[in-house]
Amino acid sequence: MKKTLHKCLEERILIIDGAMGTMIQRHKLTEADYRGDRFAQWHTDVKGNNDLLSITQPQIITDIHKQYLEAGADIIETNTFSSTSIAQADYDMQSLAYELNTASAKCARDAADEYTLKDQAKPRFVAGAIGPLNKTLSLSPDVNNPGYRAVTFDEVAAAYTEQVKGLVDGGVDILLIETIFDTLNAKAAIYAIKKYFRDNKRSELPIMISGTITDASGRTLSGQTLEAFYTSVMHANPLSIGLNCALGASEMRPHIEELSQIAACYTSAYPNAGLPNAFGEYDEQPHQTAHIIEEWAKEGFVNIVGGCCGTTPDHIKHIAEEVKDFRPRALPVLDTELAEQ
Amino acid sequence: MSDPMHIRPFLRLSGLEPLVVRPETNFVNVGERTNVTGSKKFARLIREDKYEEALSVARQQVESGAQVIDVNMDDALLDGVKAMTTFLNLVQAEPDIARIPIMIDSSKFEIIEAGLKCVQGKCIVNSISMKEGEEKFIEQAFTCKSYGAAVIVMAFDEVGQADTKERKVEICKRAYKILTEQVGYDPQDIIFDPNIFAVATGIEEHNNYAVDFIEATREIKNSMPLTKVSGGVSNVSFSFRGNDHVREAIHSVFLYHAIKAGMDMGIVNAGQLVVYDEIEPELRQLCEDVLLNRNNDNNEATEKLIRFAETVKAKGKVEVRDESWRKEPVEKRLAHSLVNGITDHIDADTEEARLKYAKPLDVIEGPLMDGMNIVGDLFGAGKMFLPQVVKSARVMKKAVAVLTPYIEQEKEDRKQAHLAAGTINEESAGAPKILLATVKGDVHDIGKNIVGVVLGCNGYDIIDLGVMVHTDKILETAVREKADIIGLSGLITPSLDEMVHVAHEMKRRGMNLPLLIGGATTSRMHTAVKIAPQYDEGVVHVLDASRSVTVAGSLLSKEQKPEFLNGIRDEYDKLRADFGHKNTGKSYLRFDEAQANGAKIDWKKYVPVTPAFTGTKTFTEITLAEIAEYIDWQPFFITWEMHGKFPQLLVDPVIGAEASKLFTDAKKLLQQVVEEKWLQATGVVGFWPANKTGPDSVDVLNGTDVVTLEFLRQQVKKTAGQPDLSLADFIAPAEMPYQDHLGAFSVTISGIEEHLRKFESAHDDYNKIMLQALADRLAEAFAELLHKRTRLGFWGYDKEENLDHEDLIAEKYRGIRPAPGYPACPDHTEKLKLFALLGGEGNTGIRLTESLAMYPASSVCGWYFAHPDSKYFGVGKIGEDQLADYARRKGMDLEEARKWLRPILD
Repeated sequence: MKKTLHKCLEERILIIDGAMGTMIQRHKLTEADYRGDRFAQWHTDVKGNNDLLSITQPQIITDIHKQYLEAGADIIETNTFSSTSIAQADYDMQSLAYELNTASAKCARDAADEYTLKDQAKPRFVAGAIGPLNKTLSLSPDVNNPGYRAVTFDEVAAAYTEQVKGLVDGGVDILLIETIFDTLNAKAAIYAIKKYFRDNKRSELPIMISGTITDASGRTLSGQTLEAFYTSVMHANPLSIGLNCALGASEMRPHIEELSQIAACYTSAYPNAGLPNAFGEYDEQPHQTAHIIEEWAKEGFVNIVGGCCGTTPDHIKHIAEEVKDFRPRALPVLDTELAEQ
Repeated sequence: MSDPMHIRPFLRLSGLEPLVVRPETNFVNVGERTNVTGSKKFARLIREDKYEEALSVARQQVESGAQVIDVNMDDALLDGVKAMTTFLNLVQAEPDIARIPIMIDSSKFEIIEAGLKCVQGKCIVNSISMKEGEEKFIEQAFTCKSYGAAVIVMAFDEVGQADTKERKVEICKRAYKILTEQVGYDPQDIIFDPNIFAVATGIEEHNNYAVDFIEATREIKNSMPLTKVSGGVSNVSFSFRGNDHVREAIHSVFLYHAIKAGMDMGIVNAGQLVVYDEIEPELRQLCEDVLLNRNNDNNEATEKLIRFAETVKAKGKVEVRDESWRKEPVEKRLAHSLVNGITDHIDADTEEARLKYAKPLDVIEGPLMDGMNIVGDLFGAGKMFLPQVVKSARVMKKAVAVLTPYIEQEKEDRKQAHLAAGTINEESAGAPKILLATVKGDVHDIGKNIVGVVLGCNGYDIIDLGVMVHTDKILETAVREKADIIGLSGLITPSLDEMVHVAHEMKRRGMNLPLLIGGATTSRMHTAVKIAPQYDEGVVHVLDASRSVTVAGSLLSKEQKPEFLNGIRDEYDKLRADFGHKNTGKSYLRFDEAQANGAKIDWKKYVPVTPAFTGTKTFTEITLAEIAEYIDWQPFFITWEMHGKFPQLLVDPVIGAEASKLFTDAKKLLQQVVEEKWLQATGVVGFWPANKTGPDSVDVLNGTDVVTLEFLRQQVKKTAGQPDLSLADFIAPAEMPYQDHLGAFSVTISGIEEHLRKFESAHDDYNKIMLQALADRLAEAFAELLHKRTRLGFWGYDKEENLDHEDLIAEKYRGIRPAPGYPACPDHTEKLKLFALLGGEGNTGIRLTESLAMYPASSVCGWYFAHPDSKYFGVGKIGEDQLADYARRKGMDLEEARKWLRPILD
């Protein structure tokens, strides 16, 4: 019987995997590779649709998952960042959204189960990745018409509902709403998740929420401060709240510190490998990233750490190594009386 | 292991920023004007599709202190879902409104849900109830919860709306049980509205309605302490509609009692709440009787209030001003004028006092000083803020001006009498004297003026020598005038050296009066390390005007002085010791290593943009109105020692009210300045071909002349991969096949002197300081405006830019405009090259002092860099090796270079 996620979180800082895109890039795949046999005749270019590879090149995706598991990841993310009907519309593949999610969940599930079997004391978990969409609910794409929205809440919630169904049917352990730059999109995802489980009378999977602070102002792209963001998503009753993407570990530090002071749940952080250089590449070395994250562990800021853009299995290995001896952040006590206790 | 952290069960809401309702929050104002059922104006704007103007109604609510805004679109003639969606989407695009949480208000649940779909923050739903039964209530509550909203539950059930205390409490308890047990609501996210109904309707059954609400609130908060109580306050005074004066009084009195009973929030017109204590006693008493249903047999209290209301109504819409203080004795009137900063009656009152007292000096030492002591006490206790104190000082100065001719005449009479009698005139002992000056080479004096006013208010005699004052003049005046303290001020870095010099001279001349150090560039550390060791008779750094009073007091008290100075000495010794340790803590690279670790920009991939013109262009026609739109107000409030983020500080519970008043005054004066063209804005912008020709050198081609700019480089050891920056890194090297450029600008706001003199002669320090602060803001705003035009047009390297005011303040644009003398290029002497390139003094009329401060003081200059990687940074400390290299490059004597760069040398 494998240990539960909650038990593991009480015991130690858990490791979440690193970048998927960076690892796919290393394969230097061609248009034909992306298409595979099934989509050889597809009417639009599909190169760059990384989520599609879970269907056309599942071995590559499963291998990447295994590399991260080998590096020490406790939680791996499904290859579903853009697996919604809205995001897939770029490739005219909206009808594939459900299948993309089940296929990706399967790749991750197989890899995770293989590693859990090898070592029952270190169970591995699959988090279904729910990305932010390429259309946003709080911002107008038309500067002359600030009240305009390219998409409606109901459309976004419907797209997420389909994704959630695919992920759950594919067997994920956790739902991870990540890279949130518009809180209203995330609220639509939360709405979809809650409604999906209630309508289907299933018990809810744990939800991880991870926002993105875009720059030194400490705000999300949609303008919220970190505390306002957290306040806006608290109703999800999440397993964890955290930050990922946009910033490297050193820029993320003040924000994860703030979050650790206000979060009623576990905290997570998976930064980019530094800030991109002049070529848009990430060149922060594994030991550098790991060194900064070790600091966070030492200070007691975090429960779950890992990497985002530009990070590799080597980064994850270094991070896992550096944080393994530190105690995880203790869950705060939730007072039930107004008087100071 | 430390104790685990506690998270307390507060109601937490959010817009762009969080709002946490803590027990000490006292009362949350919910703005009511964005409600089509309550505001005719708002309803008309929405019906006519004038959403832009409707937004201004929301903005006005926020500006007048609403912490949440209530939005209601329930109108038979409107498509409520559409109106709610359109309006809330627009609100989201206005950060100054969207920063606070939204209360979505409708009696139709579909409109509520439409609203919830538009707002990223945590909202309040207003409201749901059990009027259509439990099932519907539960369903709606689930929906609200899945959008993460807090919810207002109206005390309404299948039977009807609750009017008695018992019914209100019973329904709220039932709803609480359902929400917490079946829906899973956190108790702190539940807000009850136990129904505020109109009183004084003439129907006796209604007379107890306010009492019922207040007592129900008390019971609800006792039995369900985490929940909140809210209500629509204006209902209570519905019988008095059309009579705002009475209505506002009723609201205040009602809130006073309801808040004491536990009411947490209310829908009110945030701009129109009177202070309970300030309601005229008769009206207040009548309101209390009506609301608390006292002395109200046969509607007696109601009748009385109605009769009173009619007398007020008869006066029409005349502004009701409480002038009762005018009936007090003259001493009280003077104190009232001083504390409240009222100048209207000060001349007459002072004259009346002069006739009452034996000598004119007695008026100053008696009632006027008594009044100022109250001001000093309130200021010291944090109950008054700097702008109010300065207003008080204005009143004081006006009063003194009335008395001065009589005092002079008396002195003269006595002198003549002494001369006639052959005795000695012994009239010199008076208030302690404090001499203030901005040091040589520096022109900034707002801070010094404020210190002067505050000390003046506290009974000190101020000798203000103004700006650019030479050491000799400072010290000679101090001796001649028998000053008790010298205070030095400065804003630019070379002034620090000048202060060291003054201290050194004071020692050489064997002086023994204490020296105060203040101004934006000064610090406790610099004072401890550099100035204090020069002079043994007491050197004290004063952080701001508020502290200057206690410091001066301690220094002038024979008993306190030795202990105070010993304390300061110990503190500074410790700072010096810490400073010594710190030096060894940070590690530095050799200069050549730092140069090798510059910013790595791939110049081969860079496509530079050529500016629309080379050489300079002068701008004299840009209007102040246009410039004013670019003002960043935050530093303005810092000038007035009101700290906090703008615009949030306008609603800060402590300083908000005073900050808002200051802001109103500032905007009023600004409008006058703009409309009457008091000031002239002149700016010059230039661009030239430029290439990096050495690691820290840039050649600029001005016509046929080559001007070589020299920059300084960071030398601190960075974490791996982080460069040691120099501004030269942001210019392309000469070997590139294309031509890179560099720009520069200077702007100035001139013509202020005449107006400052006008305020001075009116004894109006408040407006004098205000005008100086505004001129500074205008200069900065002008620089911002020209930088924007440079990016979009003159240089045009970012034509797509679309940034709002906040983005500009947050410097989100591409490219930078660093100023010589400031952190990225800390050598002031490069300013000489900048000015020469821009065509010298002739183009803008800006003059450089010997310390290279710009005069007029409200001037800004800087270089323009366009490369997307260019960014602001601080050079920080540099080593002797860089100093030597820099001096060699500049052809400057090593010691001369050391003098200019001292702030960044160890």
